[in-house]
Amino acid sequence: MTSAAIHSPPVAKASGAGQTIFQRNLRQFAANRLAMASVGVVLLFVLLAIFAPFIAPHDPNETDLFRRLQPPAWQAGGEWAYLLGCDALGRDILSRIIYGSRISIFIGAAVIFVATTVGIAAGLAAGYFRGWVDVAISRLVDILLSFPYLIFAIGLMAMMGPGLVNIILALAYKEWVIPCRVVRGETLATRELEYVEAARALGASSAHIMVKEILPNILSPVIVVSTIRIAHVIILEASLSFLGLGVQPPTASWGSMVADGRAFILGAWWVSTFPGLAILLLVLAINVASQGLRDAFDPRFQE
Amino acid sequence: MSHNENLLEVDGLRTVFDTSEGMVRAVDGVDVTVRRGECLGVVGESGSGKSVTFSSVMGLVRSPGRIESGSIRFEGRDLTRLSPREMRAIRGRDISMTMQDALTALNPALTVGEQLSEMLDAHDEDLPARGGARRRAIRDKSVEMLRLVGIPSPDSRLDQYPHEFSGGMRQRIMIAIALAPGPKLLIADEPTTALDVTIQAQVLELISEIRARLGMSVVLITHDLGVVAEHCDRVMVMYAGQVVEEGATVDVISNPQHPYTRGLLGSIPRLSLRGKPIRPIQGQVPNLVGLPPQCRFYSRCPDRTEACLQFVEMRNVGSDRRARCIALTQEEVA
Amino acid sequence: MTSTANPLLNVENLSKVYEGRQSLANRLAGVQPFSVRAVNDVSFHVERGEVLGLIGESGCGKSTLGRAVLRLHEPTAGRVRFDGEDVTALSAGALKDMRRRMQIVFQDPYASLNPRSTVADIVGLPLRLHGLARTGAEVREKVARILERVGLNAAHLDRYPHQFSGGQRQRIGIARALISHPEFIVCDEPVSALDVSIQAQIIQLLLELKDEMGLTYLFISHDISVIGYLSDRVAVMYLGEIVEMGPTDDVLARPRHPYTQSLMSAVPDVDAPGKHQRVRLAGELPSPLDPPKGCKFHTRCPLAIDACKREAPVSEQVAPGHQVACHRLAEDLSVWETGAEAGTR
Repeated sequence: MTSAAIHSPPVAKASGAGQTIFQRNLRQFAANRLAMASVGVVLLFVLLAIFAPFIAPHDPNETDLFRRLQPPAWQAGGEWAYLLGCDALGRDILSRIIYGSRISIFIGAAVIFVATTVGIAAGLAAGYFRGWVDVAISRLVDILLSFPYLIFAIGLMAMMGPGLVNIILALAYKEWVIPCRVVRGETLATRELEYVEAARALGASSAHIMVKEILPNILSPVIVVSTIRIAHVIILEASLSFLGLGVQPPTASWGSMVADGRAFILGAWWVSTFPGLAILLLVLAINVASQGLRDAFDPRFQE
Repeated sequence: MSHNENLLEVDGLRTVFDTSEGMVRAVDGVDVTVRRGECLGVVGESGSGKSVTFSSVMGLVRSPGRIESGSIRFEGRDLTRLSPREMRAIRGRDISMTMQDALTALNPALTVGEQLSEMLDAHDEDLPARGGARRRAIRDKSVEMLRLVGIPSPDSRLDQYPHEFSGGMRQRIMIAIALAPGPKLLIADEPTTALDVTIQAQVLELISEIRARLGMSVVLITHDLGVVAEHCDRVMVMYAGQVVEEGATVDVISNPQHPYTRGLLGSIPRLSLRGKPIRPIQGQVPNLVGLPPQCRFYSRCPDRTEACLQFVEMRNVGSDRRARCIALTQEEVA
Repeated sequence: MTSTANPLLNVENLSKVYEGRQSLANRLAGVQPFSVRAVNDVSFHVERGEVLGLIGESGCGKSTLGRAVLRLHEPTAGRVRFDGEDVTALSAGALKDMRRRMQIVFQDPYASLNPRSTVADIVGLPLRLHGLARTGAEVREKVARILERVGLNAAHLDRYPHQFSGGQRQRIGIARALISHPEFIVCDEPVSALDVSIQAQIIQLLLELKDEMGLTYLFISHDISVIGYLSDRVAVMYLGEIVEMGPTDDVLARPRHPYTQSLMSAVPDVDAPGKHQRVRLAGELPSPLDPPKGCKFHTRCPLAIDACKREAPVSEQVAPGHQVACHRLAEDLSVWETGAEAGTR
């Protein structure tokens, strides 16, 4: 209030010529050190996933019965070549974690990509056209939301059978609801703004208005929500794998590794603990990073 | 301080805002005098510093803004030297301020009565000390305040929430809250900008009426010279953080001395000007970051000369008239 | 009404009613959904090359009327003829072509420009939508030319709206409305959000462009000074209806409807402060959800009599092209003479 006059045109005009809102937000994000560190952790995992064959010290599926349940290097009986120890089949845990990151990250990203694409399309249609389109989409959303997520996914996996594509589908079936609701709400608010009306007054089609006028203005909150949701999806995938409904053995996945170690948790804690820590670290990093994104990109969190 | 007819004396006020682009001199060497019982109009466009000047007086400038220098004397006391606690006591009791947007300035979660009582409870010293008598007195005073600002059936409306009132009524309520402690100075920041003309007339007349009845001083911040012409004794015209002209309203409007005031008066579309071209001031308000010490109106002035590229001080141009233009010669006044 | 044979815009008995959605629960409970008659049976015309000023306070339906004329809001009843063609009956495709010829300038220069688009994209949009430029280079060239005309320049092409001041933004909005060479513009409070000195610049620009491009304006404003300065004729709206309409000189020099009279007396005047008499209207605009019966102004009118509460007055001609809807017109009263304060609430 007091400084309203100060922040108005004469000064605003001076702020960085040729700079888009996006660039300004990005700069703000870059200034957040904790968030940047988290982005670093996430990037590290992504690099691990991509270059797994070059980084992993051993073949993740190579069994060695002499090394069954070999403890981590710093404990008695461990060796430095097998830093985090071995599992019940004598496979190197570190290598399996590195390869397992491929599954977690790929599924997380793929599910969110599919869900966000579908969610944006459905949300835009519901919010823009309203009427029966909105009623139909919103009812479907309500119905999907009434199922517990994991049980829904378990049911779908049971019906479709295991497999990478099926996991992605099983999770995306419900995940699109989240971006859809965000997009619908933002679209409802944005479609009433004068620049949307201006586009209509100029003779623009509905498709043009949705894609060119509304979408660019509501993308920030969607991106923020989607990033947060990647973490959820990674946990869900781990849960499915833990229950044996995920990626099938011998492919390494963090969830199934935790499950494998269950039987030995008292004697060989490392088998479950290290993949569990990997899940924790990645999910935490994604959450902190997305929080930073939200602070920088969502106008409601700006002073 | 009865010997002093000046209620408020602001001297050389500089309020700056530190922004990423540099320091914005929002208020740059402003002097204000408000006399007892008068209505002073403060006119300016956005960015002129008119609101910031009076936020500074109220001690309401918050980071990244700060008062860099200058003194603000209210009844002889320098407000810039008071502790936050002393300032709080003055704010509300002695000086109160109404905001342009009544809907956001009122607390939506409290009833109008609760907000009035809060103000009375904090500042009114004539109330009984405590207990039921105090509560009853506060209630009675609240009803009286709402009646004063012309709200029908005030007794029942006291228990309603701000959103249950129309825009004009909310502005009245804010005025009632501002007036409740019986301040000596009311600062009304664009009190009618958000209102329709017929309602605007009602609210302005209300302010004038109450001022006459209570004998307080009013500062009316506005962008509308018509409002000033009808309601203010004196006027102060601000531009880009400085006062450019001040004097009795009649004189300033009938015989403006500064080219900006002239331009402003010439830009008002009027029925009587139909068919004739209006002469708008060209260009726009300069960026307040890193302005050289020259006349601030230079870039838009139709009469600019090279002599304007230096610091221009206020000059006395008649009895009780001052203006900031190099083309004017300083008059000696006793 | 003195209308020529072929006015550019002819509006006949236009109404716009907003209705709340009837939910199942309400239907079962027998609750009627709300309905607001924002515009009620309004007729007027605008001649080619003319400025018709539409004045009224917030909530009187003037903006809705402007949008209903352009079919930005679908009218509930009535007809809009533009250059002889019935706009209300146009198919979606034909309406799109018509949009090239009828445009709108909005009030809020901050909300009416897409914050994520560059000036070139915003102003060039009509060219692309209507196939008025073949290449991207041609779009930029034409945009640059219109920007120059409205007081900006080619250097602004790739900037974003937030880098401009309010007045400059309004110039961008005007450039966008004019680039397709329309014939008719609805100006919806185009200067209300601007500072006084900038207001004058924009008013002058709009008047210059009107002469240069042969435009016709429906100019909507709450500011009598602005309307009085630039319109040839004025229409005064109150609660969805036109209560008085006629040549500006007539209506503002000799207002006949008590509402017009009180509106004029409420405007603070720089030239003659305190000289004119003041009519103080009691109360405020009644809720459009529950408008008064009879003459809609009777709750605030100092001249109201019993007939006003029962029947809505019919518009009558008082001078060539000057029409007024008031029961007490024949008595030729004015609110100033009665000296009475309004207030029959």
